[in-house]
Amino acid sequence: MAFNVINKTIMKSLFSKPATAMYPVIKNEFYPNTRGSIEMAKIENCSFCGICSKRCPATAIEVGKSDKKWEIDRTRCIVCNFCVQVCPKNCLNTQRSYTAPMRDKSSKLFTVYGPVVQEVASGTAAQDNPTQVETVEEDA
Amino acid sequence: MGERTIIPFGPQHPVLPEPLHLDLIMEDEKVVGAVPSIGFVHRGLEKLVEKRDFNEMIYVIERICGICSFIHGQSYAQTLEGMMGVDIPPRAKYLRTIWAELSRVHSHLLWLGLMADAYGFESLFMHCWRIREKVLDIFEETTGGRVIFSVCKIGGVWKDIDNDTLNRIKVIVKDIGEEAKAVTDVFVRDYSVQKRTRGIGVVTYQEAIDLGAVGPTLRGSGVVQDMRTLGYAAYGDLNFEPIVEKDGDCYARTVVRVREVYQSLDLIRQCIEKIPDGEVDMKVKGNPSGEYISRMEQPRGQTFYYAKGNGTKYLERFRVRTPTFANIPTLLKILPGADLADVPVLALTIDPCISCTER
Repeated sequence: MAFNVINKTIMKSLFSKPATAMYPVIKNEFYPNTRGSIEMAKIENCSFCGICSKRCPATAIEVGKSDKKWEIDRTRCIVCNFCVQVCPKNCLNTQRSYTAPMRDKSSKLFTVYGPVVQEVASGTAAQDNPTQVETVEEDA
Repeated sequence: MGERTIIPFGPQHPVLPEPLHLDLIMEDEKVVGAVPSIGFVHRGLEKLVEKRDFNEMIYVIERICGICSFIHGQSYAQTLEGMMGVDIPPRAKYLRTIWAELSRVHSHLLWLGLMADAYGFESLFMHCWRIREKVLDIFEETTGGRVIFSVCKIGGVWKDIDNDTLNRIKVIVKDIGEEAKAVTDVFVRDYSVQKRTRGIGVVTYQEAIDLGAVGPTLRGSGVVQDMRTLGYAAYGDLNFEPIVEKDGDCYARTVVRVREVYQSLDLIRQCIEKIPDGEVDMKVKGNPSGEYISRMEQPRGQTFYYAKGNGTKYLERFRVRTPTFANIPTLLKILPGADLADVPVLALTIDPCISCTER
């Protein structure tokens, strides 16, 4: 049994640099493998088969074959990467950076239309899209 | 005999990382009884198997618990692989073992920090978590996630670790061992820490067996039981002995966890030395059918998985018995007779993970 065993560590900490990064000055660097968020990288290759939507464990992705729409709900997505792995055309990709914080819920949907790429941070889509509400009830 | 009062402990309490609620029946400063109530974070994940494909379900299962998430995924994959009669490639088994042991290191370091916090040793808490951060960096580099890895799949693992990275991990693991020595010494040797842990919450050998305790709680009472000795994944090829302490008090349970950190680091080293080359993934055909039970050693103890398939892609029944559920009777046994000031230490000593318990 000994007294003040932590003293050695305290002395070491006193004369060494802080273990934490000084955030606003030093930004965190991500690894090549880091799963930040799912993005539609090649909408021109997408066949809108809907496999990503069917296999998504969180039902975050919605694919419309008729209007060529690929939509992800950022607040539902759990970034498990399963959609990226099952995509037959390899259109999906995992970004290294995380989804930015959002001010209102309308910006949670990220929609891509094909074949002409249009990115809409869609506020209106949430209103004319009642399936989102239904899935919430189903999981609860 | 003093007047009896009931003090609610939790679900929100500074020492509790998760919502465990105890009604403590007090006589003056002494606890004479405790009534637990859980159910604050029930999410119905076991029921969800009926609505999710068995391949997708692994990502849901990983979210049963944030700390032992990989081992939950591994257990689920092993259960279904057993049910479907799949023997996964040996490299995948070794990779799973490496990630599982890293999970154990990170879980135990997290617990040691929380334990230090429970008796008011803030700086020790910070140092434990500082070391843990290096393990999380390894996870992020190799799997992409810091806490939830989503790397396990039925039939192997999604990602391989190349040999250069493995060799680098070996060096990092050695550094972690050296750094952890200075910090864990405090738990093992320091006089004031031992004042808070020695002789408190004693569970005897027979009581531990009768109450069905698992994991470090059981091994702290001298019972030799470690599910890793069953030889699942790559554990059959590795050289290790279950860690056992005899005293059965809070100190013994702490020492078991401290020694397990080093044991896990040694197991990772052994894995990296022995890992074979080859595939990490294989195609699994068909749907699960039949029943299967598997037992695994999580950082908190033995977990028990049951799954029943009916030949479709949706499982019919799925059940997990988590280590905290098995350890709650032990907690209720050690609380009566304790001082109110010791309750946080006693509650933490079983390493409660309520998210696991309630699923």
